[in-house]
Amino acid sequence: MIPCPAEIVEKRSETRGIYTFRLRVKDEGKRAAFRFRPGQFNMVYAFGVGEVPISIASDPDDLDGLDHTVRIVGNVTGVLERLKVGNVVGLRGPYGSWWPLEESRGRDVIVITGGLGCAPVVSVISYVVRRRGSFGALKILHGIKAPTDLVYRRQFQAWAKHPNTEVHLTTDQPDRRWRHHTGVVTTLLGRVTLDPANSVAMMCGPEGMMRAAARELLERGVPTESLYVSIERNMKCAVGLCGHCQLGSEYVCKTGPVFRFDRIRHWFEHPGV
Amino acid sequence: MSWVIDRSGVDALCRVLTARGYALVGPTVRDGAIVYDRITSSADLPVGWTDEQAGGAYRLKPRNDRALFGYAVGPHSWKKYLLPPRLTLWRAEREADGFVVLEESHDPPRLALIGARSCELRALAIQDRVLLEDACVDPYYRTQRDRLFVLAVNCGQAGGTCFCASMDAGPRASSGYDLALTEVVAGERHYFVADAGTPAGHEVLNAVPHATATPDEIGMADAVIARTAESMGRSLDTTDIKRLLYDNLDHPRWDQVAQRCLACGNCTMVCPTCFCTTVEQVTKLAGAKAEQVRTWDSCFTLDFSYVHGPGSLRSTHKSRYRQWMTHKLATWIDQFGTSGCVGCGRCITWCPVGIDITEETAAIRGGTR
Repeated sequence: MIPCPAEIVEKRSETRGIYTFRLRVKDEGKRAAFRFRPGQFNMVYAFGVGEVPISIASDPDDLDGLDHTVRIVGNVTGVLERLKVGNVVGLRGPYGSWWPLEESRGRDVIVITGGLGCAPVVSVISYVVRRRGSFGALKILHGIKAPTDLVYRRQFQAWAKHPNTEVHLTTDQPDRRWRHHTGVVTTLLGRVTLDPANSVAMMCGPEGMMRAAARELLERGVPTESLYVSIERNMKCAVGLCGHCQLGSEYVCKTGPVFRFDRIRHWFEHPGV
Repeated sequence: MSWVIDRSGVDALCRVLTARGYALVGPTVRDGAIVYDRITSSADLPVGWTDEQAGGAYRLKPRNDRALFGYAVGPHSWKKYLLPPRLTLWRAEREADGFVVLEESHDPPRLALIGARSCELRALAIQDRVLLEDACVDPYYRTQRDRLFVLAVNCGQAGGTCFCASMDAGPRASSGYDLALTEVVAGERHYFVADAGTPAGHEVLNAVPHATATPDEIGMADAVIARTAESMGRSLDTTDIKRLLYDNLDHPRWDQVAQRCLACGNCTMVCPTCFCTTVEQVTKLAGAKAEQVRTWDSCFTLDFSYVHGPGSLRSTHKSRYRQWMTHKLATWIDQFGTSGCVGCGRCITWCPVGIDITEETAAIRGGTR
């Protein structure tokens, strides 16, 4: 339950206020033993300030380092922004549940994300493109408020070049250089063909967006047990003891952050629960 | 098999437990309330005091006898010893190429809980389930739990806000104690019927003057407990309560209670099962040393559910009271296989505006469509 020191080996600026930190656990034994599954998160510690839960964005087979994409919004991330390559943070994890990737082999994967919600799902995308033959179609639907919010710009371009892979980007506030779609991310759903019985949808983003996307997918005939969401909650301990991350009967750090939609639907549809 | 010890036997028990290395903690009068603190003998107990409790009201009153345990429960619960309000979890120290993290080692004292009530033993069992029997164990709680001697007292009277009988949590202690006493004050006689729950309890009992309890003495003690069970100040109908609350997240009653609720968090502080905590980093002025300090937290604060972007996810008093009560009585069951409520009544007594969990539950049940 205590953080282990990890060195920042790379710091990429994604867009204004968003960075991807590549972290390498300093202790060789711990580094070698660290295994995670896409969808899980780590608690990242900034010395003297505190910890924040950040999802792991890198590929689980990449044992060299762990990518964490961070939006600079609070005290801890504010300190992270000022850190440089070579500086040390603390890391403990991985925690939580993961996306149903093994179970989804052979099926179409629909990834629906909004804003920085794409971070927890990036590992899904890289996982699928690295094992392209094992999955059906990969459809990536990503919405952002403004074009300047787009992270992973180059990755989106690269993913689109893979066989049987579609990337659809949309923004609410297009500027003159925006060459993709306009509108909220659910409008993209109307533009893709779906094989409802053979699709798995993995979603992450603002809760209103996920509720709307789930509604749309259900209407299009995707069974409720094929919908998965990743939920964000306040977390202090990440091991189910502090009580902060409760969503109805669930502890998001323990049985989440990735939930099969029908398992939390009752709670999820009551904002404030 | 039951035993009897007389009034002086309580002090003998205190001496024996002290000699065995236990620090004694138990009820004592301070600032107009009965609180838990270090005690050394029966002289520290609230001798001859009782309490009057109602929604938002607590008063001490003198009794007309010299009973040691003639009151219900006060604002404190034993959780302050097992889950301390403030605890350092680990420390970090700067080094040339970063920092090291050092786990804090804890060495809590051997504690004898003097006068724990049945509802409180149930609360301990519930906290055991939450903090010891899940994937992750609270190490401090584990150590302190292993160093307890529990001297229980069966309740001789029910408080005005008590409803342990509804929650199947009292007033007779059925498990979780080393030694259980029932206090009997009958005319000139003042004695305790004692039952040992563990070999350790037996051993301590054997070290003090005692006699085998007569059927009469046992009968007197049983009558005391039966009278308590019949005089519960409150009751709560738990029939299908999980479904009741799961199905009524939009009940108008939540809006009504929210108009009275101050979101002060008192109910969570006095509750013997509420276990939520937060952490803060405390740094030394020079900036080279930092501590991760865990403190009690409450789901009634705005911060509790804060996430960047949407802000506090429970921004209304309605959503926070609903979270607390629904967790306590319903979602707790799915999470831990037990209710989170033991019917001690503290949340009713210590609510500044007297919000009553039994009344709120009844209102929702009564108004179910």
